[in-house]
Amino acid sequence: MLKIAKYIIFDIIRSKVLLAYTLLLLAISLTIFMSDADVTKGLVSITTVILIIVPLVSIVYATTYYFNAAEFTEMLVSQPISRRNILLGKFIGISSSILLAFIIGVCIPVCLFAFSATGITLMVSGYLLTLSFVSLAFLTSTITHDKAKGIGLALMLWFYFSIIFDGLVLLFLYTFADYPLEKAMIVLTALNPIDLARILILLQLDISALMGYTGALYQQFFGSGSGIIFSLLMQLVWILVPLFFALRIFKKKDL
Amino acid sequence: MEKIIAVEGLKKSFGRLEVLKNVSCDFAAGGVVSILGPNASGKTTLIKSILGMVLPDSGSILFKGKSILNTFDYKRHIGYMPQIGHYPDNMQIGQLFKMVMDIRQQDAVDTDLLKAYQLEGMYHKTMRTLSGGTLQKVSAALAFMFSPDVLILDEPSAGLDPLAADALKEKILAERANGKLVLITSHILSEADEISDHILYLFEGKIKFYKTLPDLKMETGEQKLSRALTQLLSLSSC
Repeated sequence: MLKIAKYIIFDIIRSKVLLAYTLLLLAISLTIFMSDADVTKGLVSITTVILIIVPLVSIVYATTYYFNAAEFTEMLVSQPISRRNILLGKFIGISSSILLAFIIGVCIPVCLFAFSATGITLMVSGYLLTLSFVSLAFLTSTITHDKAKGIGLALMLWFYFSIIFDGLVLLFLYTFADYPLEKAMIVLTALNPIDLARILILLQLDISALMGYTGALYQQFFGSGSGIIFSLLMQLVWILVPLFFALRIFKKKDL
Repeated sequence: MEKIIAVEGLKKSFGRLEVLKNVSCDFAAGGVVSILGPNASGKTTLIKSILGMVLPDSGSILFKGKSILNTFDYKRHIGYMPQIGHYPDNMQIGQLFKMVMDIRQQDAVDTDLLKAYQLEGMYHKTMRTLSGGTLQKVSAALAFMFSPDVLILDEPSAGLDPLAADALKEKILAERANGKLVLITSHILSEADEISDHILYLFEGKIKFYKTLPDLKMETGEQKLSRALTQLLSLSSC
């Protein structure tokens, strides 16, 4: 599977889309760090942008690439290699190329300008977010049969996780305002990889005091060592579970 | 003759559409079998089932006596040329060949088509810049590259220029002389007439007939495959 991954990386790093993504991330990070002397504020701004762009590009690019390479996948299936290795090879290839863009576009500027615990949290969250959205892209690609539906579903998932989910949480909070919801909120957060990343980064910034009582609870839970481990584990679940289902579907799929 | 591929009671449907309805046939070494039939008769599905791309609903496929279900090692003995070759945009021809060599852990033993199509001078070209015909040449060269026991060609001459199609035809005949089994789907009857030993005719997911070419011509008293086919098909539809 690493053999396939290697050649997919060779292919993707020469694509213009990935280059554009790298430059965009680089431009965003550099402008924010250059224009503001306060590094912490800069990190907050970068977090906001990254939580929108990274999931979007990861899921849409991975889905598009998957469908554009449909005939290539058929060719690979006709070779003596298992379907499991083909799919994992593709996953490793696509995700490491997108991660490479993230490393150049975000990690290097962060290391240069704002190397701190918060900076490291930001980088780790970005990695995990990329991986979980590539994994979701593989799930949408194996569920659907044509490109338009696949990309549509990918966009809907992104829209759900970055916008609709928060609306639903607000609705939930409003409806059950009379009940103690603190524990439920932690569970709800774990259901969205973007929220997990956001809370991890924000808590490192010590601005959770601004978030009121829930913020204090988050601070108590996610700020503790076991809370950090819990949220990292949940992010891993968000990477492994979609990939696992994608593998199961792909093994039985007609090409 | 030694059976290489044995298909037994193969059934496959996509949704409500039954594509293959109980297909059974054997393929032996050293021969060219043309799989003919109208569009949507199940030709490609049959080929894809043998390659393990389509998983049949019931029935079995044996390759050299072993079931192919949930295995992939038998594909080492198969060279496949798809109907439409399409590879990642920025991959170079040389990289594609090298990747397949890596996967199969075999060296390119047969470079006849590479030379005939002058692909060796284009190794650095990326797939995006190639024309449809050149992509077909790449697919053909790749199918023959490891000198496999079985060659499966899905509409091989579609998109090839006459010279290239001729080179492919000669290569197919040379491989038949080497005792290889060649399965071809095609719509071009004159071509099938020239190279086939057997004709397998599929119609609406069933085998209408599976005969040697001389038998077919003798039964109908025709000299050309196209006329023999028309006669057989018009007879049976009456």
